[in-house]
Amino acid sequence: MGAQGPGTASEAAPAPVLVHLPPHLVVLFPGADRLVPLEAASVAEMVDGLDALWPGMRERICDETPAIRRHINVFVGGRRARLTTPLAPGADVFVITAISGG
Amino acid sequence: MARQVFVLVGTRKGAFVLESDAARRSWQLRGPFCETWPTNHVVADPASGTLYAGGGNEWFGPAVWKSTDLGASWTHSSQGLAYEAGQDPVKSVWSLAVAGDGTLYAGVEPAGLFRSTDGGESWTHLDGLQKHPSRPEWSPGGAGLILHSLVLDPADPKKIWVGISAAGVFASEDGGLTWEARNRGTRADFMPEGQNYPEFGQCVHCLVMAPGGRGRLYQQNHCGMYRSDDGGRSWESIEKGLPSSFGFPAAVHPRDPDGLYLIPLNGDIKGRFMPEGNAAVWRTGDAGASWQAQRTGLPQGGAYFNALRQAMATDTLEPAGVYFGSNAGGLYASNDEGATWDCLAPHLPTITSVETLVLER
Repeated sequence: MGAQGPGTASEAAPAPVLVHLPPHLVVLFPGADRLVPLEAASVAEMVDGLDALWPGMRERICDETPAIRRHINVFVGGRRARLTTPLAPGADVFVITAISGG
Repeated sequence: MARQVFVLVGTRKGAFVLESDAARRSWQLRGPFCETWPTNHVVADPASGTLYAGGGNEWFGPAVWKSTDLGASWTHSSQGLAYEAGQDPVKSVWSLAVAGDGTLYAGVEPAGLFRSTDGGESWTHLDGLQKHPSRPEWSPGGAGLILHSLVLDPADPKKIWVGISAAGVFASEDGGLTWEARNRGTRADFMPEGQNYPEFGQCVHCLVMAPGGRGRLYQQNHCGMYRSDDGGRSWESIEKGLPSSFGFPAAVHPRDPDGLYLIPLNGDIKGRFMPEGNAAVWRTGDAGASWQAQRTGLPQGGAYFNALRQAMATDTLEPAGVYFGSNAGGLYASNDEGATWDCLAPHLPTITSVETLVLER
């Protein structure tokens, strides 16, 4: 939109968040990347964006509660996030799988 | 045209496929598939040769995997494989069955039944089981509240039987809309004295249908082995002559409704091993009136393993092949109806399921 749009340039074209995905999630979706720039104002919107890019990724990250799956952690700014957690422009979002044995 | 035999193996760490010609003397092993996800059941649609693998990953939840090239490549989906928002989420897929028209059914944990009419791309919950009056009283067995046995009537697509631990056997005659408990005659030894024959709550371990279309079912229960000649409305014990009343899998002969294979263990509180550490598959050819141990070629001495509930199958060749997998990762096969055995793969991960597919190629 640039200079013609309302407000400042940064409001008109927010810096996307950068999503970091774990390798054993990426391998389930041919063509998926470990680093994904997305425009999203919350974790829920980030999941929407991932699912739009790679249909079915929502079910891998979230259950039908709906909630982030029990053994998956989403970290934003060093803190564990929920689906409702807001995302600031330019945030790094880490999707991490819990340690599992056996 | 030559016949190829495929043994489909589900394990705690992915699916495997073994392949042989009809002689079944030399086998090739491929795998692990499904990204080493815990895989509870691998089945084939015999009409199309499509493979389906059901499981659940601790991180990523339940899914059904699909291969249309006999295992070379796989896709996965769980679209619709979920309960309503707010319910206890579906944890994993436990059992799969393919109807004659290609309709696919999936039994899941916590216990419920789903159907796919587009080859596993999307799923619909058949919620009739959740509406059964007994549902609030179901309590999980040791492996969870799992729908692990799924039997379809080849002659009537509306008839479905399921086995749920530890809720019992339920049957539907309207395609899964309504269900009735069918456990009459099966024991629940773990209930208080005098309450050992409840309407539901029995710990069914495996439910299978005999060939021949006469409504005969067999079941291995936590508390005994049983035959039903009326579609599960009544059950008769067939455990006399076996070394114990406890075991997990059951497999029917492909053509003889009187032929059944079981793997009795040493009991439910003694480690659940092969009796005396000697592996054997027990066969009846008279619908459970008498039993013969078949152990030639199986480990004798020191065999402290078991076979899990979906880990035995027969093939459709003549003579029939019989296959079972152990929790210790050994896959065993007989190409002569169980008379002699070979180990096809000694060191797989814990084997959760064994099924077969025969193709003309």
